Amino acid sequence: MKIVLQNVNVVNPESKINEKKSSILIEDGKIVKIGKLSSSELNGTEEFNLSEKYVVPGFFDMHVHLREPGREDEETVKTGCDSAANGGFTGIACMPNTEPAIDSAEVVSLIKKQAKGHLVDVKVIGAATQGRKGEMISPMAELCEAGTVGFSDDGVAIKTAAILKRALEYSKMYDVPIIEHCEDESLAGGAMNEGFNSTLLGLPPIPSVAEDLIVMRGIIMAEYTKGKFHVAHISTKRSVKMVREAKEAGINVTAEVTPHHFTLTDDIIKTYDTNAKMNPPLREKKDVEEIIKGLKDGTIDCIASDHAPHADEEKEVEFEFAPNGIIGLETQIGLTLTELLQKKVLTLEEIIFKMSINPRKILRIPTPKFEKGEIANLTILDLDEIWTVDITKFKSKSKNSPFDKRILTGRAVGVVNNNKMFYDNNFINI
Amino acid sequence: MPLSNRHLLGLEGVPKEDIQLILDTTTTFREVLERPIKKVPTLQGNTVVNLFFENSTRTRISFELAEKRLSADAVNFSSSSSSVSKGETLKDTMRNIEAMKVDMVVVRHSAAGTPRFLTNICDSNIINAGDGIHEHPTQALLDMYSIREKFGKLEGLKVCIVGDVAHSRVALSNIFGLITMGAKVSVCGPSTMIPRNIEELGVDVIYDIDEAIQENDVLNVLRIQLERKAREYFPSIREYAKYFGITEERLEKNGKDIVILHPGPINRGVELSAAVADGLHQIILQQVTNGVAVRMAVLYLLGTMN
Ligand SMILES: [Zn+2]
Repeated sequence: MKIVLQNVNVVNPESKINEKKSSILIEDGKIVKIGKLSSSELNGTEEFNLSEKYVVPGFFDMHVHLREPGREDEETVKTGCDSAANGGFTGIACMPNTEPAIDSAEVVSLIKKQAKGHLVDVKVIGAATQGRKGEMISPMAELCEAGTVGFSDDGVAIKTAAILKRALEYSKMYDVPIIEHCEDESLAGGAMNEGFNSTLLGLPPIPSVAEDLIVMRGIIMAEYTKGKFHVAHISTKRSVKMVREAKEAGINVTAEVTPHHFTLTDDIIKTYDTNAKMNPPLREKKDVEEIIKGLKDGTIDCIASDHAPHADEEKEVEFEFAPNGIIGLETQIGLTLTELLQKKVLTLEEIIFKMSINPRKILRIPTPKFEKGEIANLTILDLDEIWTVDITKFKSKSKNSPFDKRILTGRAVGVVNNNKMFYDNNFINI
Repeated sequence: MPLSNRHLLGLEGVPKEDIQLILDTTTTFREVLERPIKKVPTLQGNTVVNLFFENSTRTRISFELAEKRLSADAVNFSSSSSSVSKGETLKDTMRNIEAMKVDMVVVRHSAAGTPRFLTNICDSNIINAGDGIHEHPTQALLDMYSIREKFGKLEGLKVCIVGDVAHSRVALSNIFGLITMGAKVSVCGPSTMIPRNIEELGVDVIYDIDEAIQENDVLNVLRIQLERKAREYFPSIREYAKYFGITEERLEKNGKDIVILHPGPINRGVELSAAVADGLHQIILQQVTNGVAVRMAVLYLLGTMN
């Protein structure tokens, strides 16, 4: 089948393309031509007139919780992928804190099997330690052979410095990162950021230093072992500063941030809304400011959602008893375009790096090329559309988002990948 | 003039006029409690549920008595909230209770914000009887009432809250209420028990108990939780008693009259020496009576808003 995306602005910094009012001809899922098309080339194609929307390399979210296996009532591989496509992603990496944890080739294959044939590519992050218990490193060689692209005990940090050292040393053989949920165990367990607001609300606090200590530990250990250390969902001012300094010193460290950590502060917890409860917790204005600075100067490499589905009945409880996390796949691009593009923090090209190219590079996944013969792997963006978030329209099985009813500017209107297109709320085989 | 809010979730943001109204109404009910027949028909036909997810016999009895003195129908519901996943959710419990045509709910819970959460899921007036380490507004109101009874005013008085401020719901409510009423508030305790950024609320922090005694008109002494994890915040009971305990010696040394309040029950020999505790006997009993009157005032003012 032949389709053509007509009247589009094509931007792909990796392929050095930035063409206004162009067209993309795709046949059997592969790019045939980018540029002006003759009427004979348009013959027999299905045309999509996209009135100057932007076509960019398919976005990739490197921090997604799919809940399968174990909590299929909250999300499955299938619903997670649908949610990703609806949110504008052509690829995601799923975190290993499932039941059982992703610490064996069998679980990796199960997830791959469930994801097979979907538009969205599912890459798997394996557990860094067996059962995520922090005692023995996981069978990383076998997991890498099964297709794992990184390792993490996400939900918690790797339990001890000794195990972290081993994990960094061992994973180095396969050049994959150790992705750390940076939180010191002895300072963990609270319900929100420690500060004026936690004092005011009487909620048990998590100090920002709980994150800083583990970021520091990871940086020091990465330098010592020469392993790859990736900071998941960075949230504090000091962590951003330490990552910046480590990068300047040539240490192999990368970092991601979630849209909620650059959009919100712990002020929104004042109503005890459990959809404002996540870990790391929402921080303060000074932290958000440093994160913005870190996004601008390249300290923070990627934007990732930390998409964490939870059932309604689990969130509709006392704040302290509610589980951490919010869904993010379907608000991430809108928030990024609203908070970073519209406010001129980042350019579109910089956003493409942080949401498409960098996460794939960190996980050593090929990046989408806009060249003849390449698989068409792209996201279509409307940078100007003003829309209102409506959780009832989400494809995710869960609805736990603090962004419901929020007005955003800019969104993804479609994606193409794996011989499929998602457009106008429909999956089409192309 | 009615209160500005149909719930009493805490004293944060409660305007001066409201606090004034509650305290003045308390005086009226205080008189009722002195009569031979200590009962008024004000809330006849109203049903109040005392929803206690945490053991607190004193507070519950005080509320229950207040409800009965106002001729309301009082129903008690007690449950342990320690388990998260076991059994019914709070939402389900609340829905069931509300189906019984309840007008007001008095709630005590170990998790901060629970009273606020209840306002989202039911229509009754909610009264916070203590939520986690957040607020305990009726306790603070009765403390303020007792202070006002002594001094005839609150404005300009210097009040110090002594003890484990970080893990006290009484402290925060007192701070909010007293500052609104124009008192000068400070806190005194081991630094591990003073919450972060407390100065931003407009209170001074004192680490020296003698200074606290010297500088203030009133000490509101909190109960040190000996049984809970609060014990990890100071080295030993002996050290606490030695450096932060209030003794007759200390009071004499600083040579001045000072009013001491304590929400009870007292750990004798810890936050107060036995002699100081004995000297407080009368005041503490008075506080108990004031507690009933304050709760009558709150129930009455909220109950007659509907
Ligand atoms: Zn995490």
